[in-house]
Amino acid sequence: MSQPSQQRPEFEIEPAQSGVIGDVERPLSFGERIVNNESVQRLAILVVLIVVWELYARWLNNSLLFPTFTETLRTFWHDISNGVLINRTITSLRTLALGYACGLVLAGLFTTFAVASGIGTRILSTLTAMFNPLPAIALLPLALIWFGLGTPSLVFVIVHSVLWAVALNTLIGFRGVPETLRMSGRNVGLTGARYVGLILIPAAFPSILAGLKIGWAFAWRTLVAAELVFGVSSRSGGIGWYIFEARNDLDTATVFSGLLTVILIGLFVESVIFRAIEARTVNLWGMQR
Amino acid sequence: MTAALLEVKGVTLQYKTPRHLVTATYKVDFDVQQGDRYVILGPSGCGKSTLLKAVGGFMPPVEGSIRIRGREVDVPGPDRMMVFQEFEQLMPWKTVFQNVLFPMKVTKKFSPDEAKTRAKAVIEKVKLTEFQDIYPHMLSGGMKMRVAIARAMALEPDILLMDEPFAALDALTRRAMQQELLSLWDQLRFTVLFVTHSIEEAIIVGSRILVLSPHPGRVRAELDAGGIDYSNIDKPEFGVMSKRIHKLLFDDETPRAQTTEGAHA
Repeated sequence: MSQPSQQRPEFEIEPAQSGVIGDVERPLSFGERIVNNESVQRLAILVVLIVVWELYARWLNNSLLFPTFTETLRTFWHDISNGVLINRTITSLRTLALGYACGLVLAGLFTTFAVASGIGTRILSTLTAMFNPLPAIALLPLALIWFGLGTPSLVFVIVHSVLWAVALNTLIGFRGVPETLRMSGRNVGLTGARYVGLILIPAAFPSILAGLKIGWAFAWRTLVAAELVFGVSSRSGGIGWYIFEARNDLDTATVFSGLLTVILIGLFVESVIFRAIEARTVNLWGMQR
Repeated sequence: MTAALLEVKGVTLQYKTPRHLVTATYKVDFDVQQGDRYVILGPSGCGKSTLLKAVGGFMPPVEGSIRIRGREVDVPGPDRMMVFQEFEQLMPWKTVFQNVLFPMKVTKKFSPDEAKTRAKAVIEKVKLTEFQDIYPHMLSGGMKMRVAIARAMALEPDILLMDEPFAALDALTRRAMQQELLSLWDQLRFTVLFVTHSIEEAIIVGSRILVLSPHPGRVRAELDAGGIDYSNIDKPEFGVMSKRIHKLLFDDETPRAQTTEGAHA
């Protein structure tokens, strides 16, 4: 390298006053916060979809094929106030809660067994590879033969749809726990169930939570589908049965209000319950953005 | 002479990769005394981290013995707290305070109240008091390392095992952390076994330096570096020690290796 032709002088100065730049940190205005808020954005999307629906249905003008939003809402409100829809929904959710809980317990047992040994891991991954692609509803005929018409059959198909999704995700999550974190757990003498509970489960929580979400969606959709095939046991049908009945009466607005209920519950669980869990766990811990 | 705190005798370590059986160290002997800042120095691939893992109890030696206070090391335990290079060693679901508290809670070495007091005190020592309720993902690399060190020290282990703890930090932070570790040692006089591949770091941090030869790791020398730290980094003895270690590590290699190591240090 050649020397520069002119020597540049060295210098040392005090850094410029930062006060001149203005605020280093500034709270966002109310408007900016509203626009960035996720639930506000979701609400806006919903409003747009509803407007499109209403306009299209009015243009079509055939309530047998495609009732308007206002008509659907009227039926929805009517069936809620006379208690029919609420009863149906509660029946469905009760079955769902039972099936989901059983599925989670089984998934917990399976994965605990799987992480305990190498052969257990292989058994579980083979089982999930076999049964995860199998649609739960395809097992319904078999369930009817085994358990008869009624809640046990529904619970069986729900368990099937929850179990493999949750077990697979939990296993993937456990495998992804960094070696350093495992070692620092074992370093303080943790083994067995305490090691799984205090290190593996929280460390794999993002993946477990994803499994819970997928399991929930599978379970809900399987339940509604199964209730369409047979929904009544001792005069208490679920939401799927409500839809099926309305279709038989060619009451399309009621079919729509049933579908609306299914969607609303799905949205509520996803964006209220699971969002709240995420905000208190994985987002707080910086494990997921 | 009193019995050594940690006695490593004729330790050969081997591990399996999918295709090979690798010998990491071969018949390594050394003793660590109470209050030592004992550094294991060697080029990458000399098995120094594997050696530290074996002392931690994560890997049984194929031959030889590792004893701490006369007891044979067989499983990991809180008497030998490890500090790793990776930031993932902290639990992301716990705050700084909870992370420091966790080992004391799990091992029940201290009563709950005492554990809390100790956690507060040690967090204060590493200057993280104002960050104690923050989750690790919001901390800088140097701060995470300070939490890991605080967590290990709060438990008062017999020996602190540090596996290249500052290697993932930037040069300025690394230097600050080395000084901080030394000043902590001045206050508390704990025993530390420290693995590094930087000659400079070994001389500054260590009071004893064990030099390992590469592939498989064998003992090349044990040197006394107690009197040298940042205050005499510009003095001739620092350069003499550094040259001596260079020679021990690289005298049978091409001179090119020296320049790359020089850039590291």
